[in-house]
Amino acid sequence: MSDAFQWLYSDIVKEHFTNPKNVFNPDEKFEADAEGVVGNIKCGDQMMFLLKIKDDKIEDVRWKTYGCASAIASTSMLSEVIKGMPLREAYGIKPNDIAKKLGGLPDNKIHCSVLGDKALRAAIDSWLEKQGRAGEFAGEAATVICHCLNITDKDIEEAVKAGAKTWEELQEATKIGTVCGGCKPKAEELLHEFVHIYGK
Amino acid sequence: MANRFVYMDYNATTPLHPEVKRAMIEDFEIFANASSMHEAGRRAYARVEEARASVARLIGAPDPSCVYFTSGGSESNNTVFNTMYDLGRKRDEKGRLRNKIITTAIEHPCVLRSAEHLRDEGFPVVFLKVDKDGRIDMEELERELDPSRSAGGPTLLVSVMAANNEIGTIEDIARVAALAKARGAFVHTDATQAAGKIPVDVEAWGVDYLTLSCHKIYGPKGIGGLYVRKGAPIDPLVRGGHQEKGVRAGTYNNQGILGFGEAARLALAELPDYEKRVRALRNRLRDGFLARVPHIRVNGHPTFVLPNTLDVSFPGAEGESILLSLDMEGIEVSTGSACASGSLEPSHVLMATGVGPELAHGSIRFSLGRLTTEEDVDYVLEKLPPIIERLRRISTVSSACPDETPAIKK
Repeated sequence: MSDAFQWLYSDIVKEHFTNPKNVFNPDEKFEADAEGVVGNIKCGDQMMFLLKIKDDKIEDVRWKTYGCASAIASTSMLSEVIKGMPLREAYGIKPNDIAKKLGGLPDNKIHCSVLGDKALRAAIDSWLEKQGRAGEFAGEAATVICHCLNITDKDIEEAVKAGAKTWEELQEATKIGTVCGGCKPKAEELLHEFVHIYGK
Repeated sequence: MANRFVYMDYNATTPLHPEVKRAMIEDFEIFANASSMHEAGRRAYARVEEARASVARLIGAPDPSCVYFTSGGSESNNTVFNTMYDLGRKRDEKGRLRNKIITTAIEHPCVLRSAEHLRDEGFPVVFLKVDKDGRIDMEELERELDPSRSAGGPTLLVSVMAANNEIGTIEDIARVAALAKARGAFVHTDATQAAGKIPVDVEAWGVDYLTLSCHKIYGPKGIGGLYVRKGAPIDPLVRGGHQEKGVRAGTYNNQGILGFGEAARLALAELPDYEKRVRALRNRLRDGFLARVPHIRVNGHPTFVLPNTLDVSFPGAEGESILLSLDMEGIEVSTGSACASGSLEPSHVLMATGVGPELAHGSIRFSLGRLTTEEDVDYVLEKLPPIIERLRRISTVSSACPDETPAIKK
């Protein structure tokens, strides 16, 4: 009996879906220093992050998510990962990091996991702004290039670091541009840039 | 593992009726090509014709030769639209075209895509809107049929489903056909979900074409039917054989056809009891939800609705999450959420009724069947409310829990 037959998702996803960690509970008086909300009910998912921040570290975190099992599990996993993490490091977390920690997500579900890190960054950005430090971590964030498969500039950068030099090799490594192909011009531009930086 | 299994996805497909299964196993010995001239072939053909008569009886067709066997509902629907492709390009003696196609926004994708294909080929195509309960507006249909009040010229085909697969709403096909006939248009109805659940009568409805699927009525998959009124034009989608009077080539699927015949016979015989019993169970489920789960919306028409179909939106909870949570309790349903479909768009049917994306994403279809029991219904009524409560607690959507909007420290 294969895993796919047992459940759509990995056991880790199932665990975080059925027993999500750090969900905001209105009764517990969680005094957040920062809040970030992204997503849209129209698209079927919305996420909110609440952070307690001390000494530029995430001291504690709560969240809420409207979405499918993979959206709920991704947010839960992300909340576990960032607890105690320096803000700057948390700011740079990519959806794929979370997907990996979840034991992988089905291809058509990757996009469900992209909102978590965006909500987290929105919360951190709002906090930075309040501290008069707006835009301080801008360089840490990954930008989604391929929206079909949610592949970021950081993914392209890493693929190039690992040896990809051509569009075909980049596709081999990341599957970028294999759905609608709309990202190809932007992705090729980045590929050239990173090959220039890292290529021998 | 759940300790109980409750299948409530009968609109997706049904298990074989035990009598269909028994008949098919017995008939598995019939291997001969039903087109062969020898005795074994003639014997097989006789059984095919018995099945045809049985399917004809299910839909009130007086002449069994009006029933053609296909591979299923999708093929039947495609065959009708393919026929229109040829008809709509022919000019009459005065050089005029009749090629307007009128269908609805809530059809099955195989009709929607077929209609869009004709539109891409230059045919004027109209997708009728539906009201909040999923019913079409007869005045809009009349207007679209009238070339002096709408664009596109005279109408070639009106195709309206008899009952919707998602929300179960039943359309007034007799009225649709009367209006269409008055304007000289052909009338097709996709009765895939209606057959075996409500009375289907091609004569009383006055349709030219009617689509059937066997696996929705406790028969095998891969077999379906197309009723074509005598004299109505029909072109083959699958060419190259004399089977089905040249309308559908391909060696007869003996076992499928015999299974279809048996399933149709049983569906007709069991219909009065089915309608009464299953509707009572459906209403028990509906009333139970309304009593136990706050802020829900029952989709579909309150009375013109299939006896087995209950579509409910649970705002604040997302459909795939509900579906998988129910699945873990052994309850099998389907959802109109985008997340479950692999696309980013929620159910086109619910969106057409104007419920809005949040209600569409949070919709669950419970479709009951001949094996559903009162205990099954009560089990779902026990398991579902805590699932919705849990998902709403996690959810950002405040409409479900307006008092729980988090406060941020100033």
